[in-house]
Amino acid sequence: MFQDKNARIIKTESWGNYFLLRLAAAEIAQKSKPGQFLMIRVSPGLNPLLRRPLSIHDCSGSEVEIFFQVTGKGTELLSQKKPGDHLDVLGPCGGGFSLLPEFKDKEIFCVGGGRGLAPLYFLARELQTAGARPVVFYGGQTLSDLPLKKRLDEAGWETNFSTDDGSFGFHGLVTQLAEKELMKRKPSFLFGCGPEAMMTRLAEICQQAVLPAEFSLESIMGCGLGACWGCSRKIKKNGEIKYLRICQDGPVFPAEEIIWSGD
Amino acid sequence: MVDLSVDLGFLKLKNPVMAASGTFGYGLEFQPLYNLNLLGGLVVKGLYFKPREGNPPPRLAESPCGLINSIGLQGIGVEAFCREILPWLADLTTAVIANVCGEEEGEYARVAEYLSRHPGLAALELNISCPNVREGGKCPAQDPEATYRTVKRVRQASSLPLITKLSPNVTDITAVALAAQEAGSQAVSLVNTFLALAIDLESRKPKLGNVLGGLSGPAIKPLAMRMVFEVARKVKIPVIGLGGIFNYQDALEFMVAGASAVQVGTANFVNPQACPEIIKGIEDWAESQGIKRLSEIVGSLKF
Ligand SMILES: Cc1cc2nc3c(=O)[nH]c(=O)nc-3n(C[C@H](O)[C@H](O)[C@H](O)COP(=O)(O)OP(=O)(O)OC[C@H]3O[C@@H](n4cnc5c(N)ncnc54)[C@H](O)[C@@H]3O)c2cc1C
Ligand SMILES: Cc1cc2nc3c(=O)[nH]c(=O)nc-3n(C[C@H](O)[C@H](O)[C@H](O)COP(=O)(O)O)c2cc1C
Ligand code: FES
Repeated sequence: MFQDKNARIIKTESWGNYFLLRLAAAEIAQKSKPGQFLMIRVSPGLNPLLRRPLSIHDCSGSEVEIFFQVTGKGTELLSQKKPGDHLDVLGPCGGGFSLLPEFKDKEIFCVGGGRGLAPLYFLARELQTAGARPVVFYGGQTLSDLPLKKRLDEAGWETNFSTDDGSFGFHGLVTQLAEKELMKRKPSFLFGCGPEAMMTRLAEICQQAVLPAEFSLESIMGCGLGACWGCSRKIKKNGEIKYLRICQDGPVFPAEEIIWSGD
Repeated sequence: MVDLSVDLGFLKLKNPVMAASGTFGYGLEFQPLYNLNLLGGLVVKGLYFKPREGNPPPRLAESPCGLINSIGLQGIGVEAFCREILPWLADLTTAVIANVCGEEEGEYARVAEYLSRHPGLAALELNISCPNVREGGKCPAQDPEATYRTVKRVRQASSLPLITKLSPNVTDITAVALAAQEAGSQAVSLVNTFLALAIDLESRKPKLGNVLGGLSGPAIKPLAMRMVFEVARKVKIPVIGLGGIFNYQDALEFMVAGASAVQVGTANFVNPQACPEIIKGIEDWAESQGIKRLSEIVGSLKF
């Protein structure tokens, strides 16, 4: 865990409401694993006050990337940053996705809805490096919700796209697309990240198909360090239901441990 | 060299800056970020006798320059704390203070008694002021008599120095401070959070699962400082000031208002290096002012 008060923005990219920032933060980058996140101070002032949690979208050498959607004041301020600006970044926070040796040569589904794709890009890249066969599913409401399409097309693994309105790829929900493919292809594992309703449905599908899965959860966060217990959510650990910290005990949890908010 | 040390009578601190309860976990959480021995002291998260589940989420909501929390003192309980955490904290050279909670007076006393039997603690901070555990945000620190009784019970149960943490959700905080002093508390710390409400307009629902929460952060600083000023003029025991301290100027202002030492809470989230930076800032400031002993400035407000 490091606090880099002066992480320099090297590159920015944007597509409508979606933004990608690349940061020079050597100590953080060297320790980062897929599924971990950063706590970013979006402004040096006191309003907004708290840091914003954002997944590590990619990481190489001394650089890390974040990919985010503007949903409020904090992400809005972050979207206005320019190359050469500096950010106060804390990370890597939390634990990552499980990268198991038995994934080698196996198909691993990575299913992301909207900005939920953020942590899955880094994950798919690491899976590929480890000799697994990542299959990415990327869904959004409409084509403009798939800004990472080009990047994924160039990634060298299979990506399947879906849009709710049929403007690109499979016409329907990404969960429907993943379910269809899952029945056919019998992957060894599934990783998911996205809106709660999407992950809830995906978890049901995995349970029916007896497919082990992990999901990355979100919660408002105070510290990101495990110190405030502000991010807690009910999780089933060893048969016992208790409030665990999303930031420290997660954000990634095995499907069977998660109690979905609709349940 | 400026002498930053603080003599509270019952406890000597190497500098006046402590990490506030509930914002610093059990201390371990900040270990990767800096050497905890730089701190004047650290107050661990509130402890009940038994592990505690805490309140339903969401437990946090932001407001301009403020944070509203309704954690509800989720925690591991005093036994696990003494077994798993305290031995490790005992090796620090900084003053480690436990924050003592209870459902009723008896539990406060039991927690205090249990903690006193374990080495490593410099003092107890009696949390009679958490707004998040009882219906409507009620707490013993809203009543001088309940304060007196609780402090007295704990005083009899433990020989450790006692700091009583006061609630700002009262009409006259000096009456409660005097009751704590009367009952044998060796210091008071103030303030805990201000009872608050945040609403999501779309759904017309409260933003917090527990409906009400406690407001902390820069938004409360002037209110907290006023209360520190009022209390410091009334009591004989030392006052520890907190509420929205984010930088060294804030900390020094509290001292000028009458605080012998300060605690830093919400700032630890926004800038995990806040405490060591504030200590350094205080030292540099005192040096630039030609101040030899920092304690000279306590209560030095000119008016
Ligand atoms: C572990 C983790 C990883 C995340 N990764 C990404 C990512 O890679 N890309 C991305 O676009 N978004 C991600 N999010 C969601 C992102 O943190 C929120 O969209 C962001 O905090 C919203 O801030 P705001 O000021 O723009 O919105 P506001 O609604 O103004 O925020 C108000 C408060 O609520 C919090 N908040 C609001 N929505 C969320 C949310 N969904 N999750 C957590 N806190 C929230 C904010 O942090 C802030 O404290 C992640 C969340 C978590 C917990
Ligand atoms: C998330 C959170 C948890 C807290 N938990 C405790 C606690 O366990 N015991 C306690 O006495 N005060 C607790 N407090 C209150 C703080 O110690 C402090 O009194 C208050 O936040 C005001 O200081 P600040 O503005 O510097 O944060 C908590 C505050 C926050 C924000
Ligand atoms: S955000 Fe503070 S414990 Fe998780």
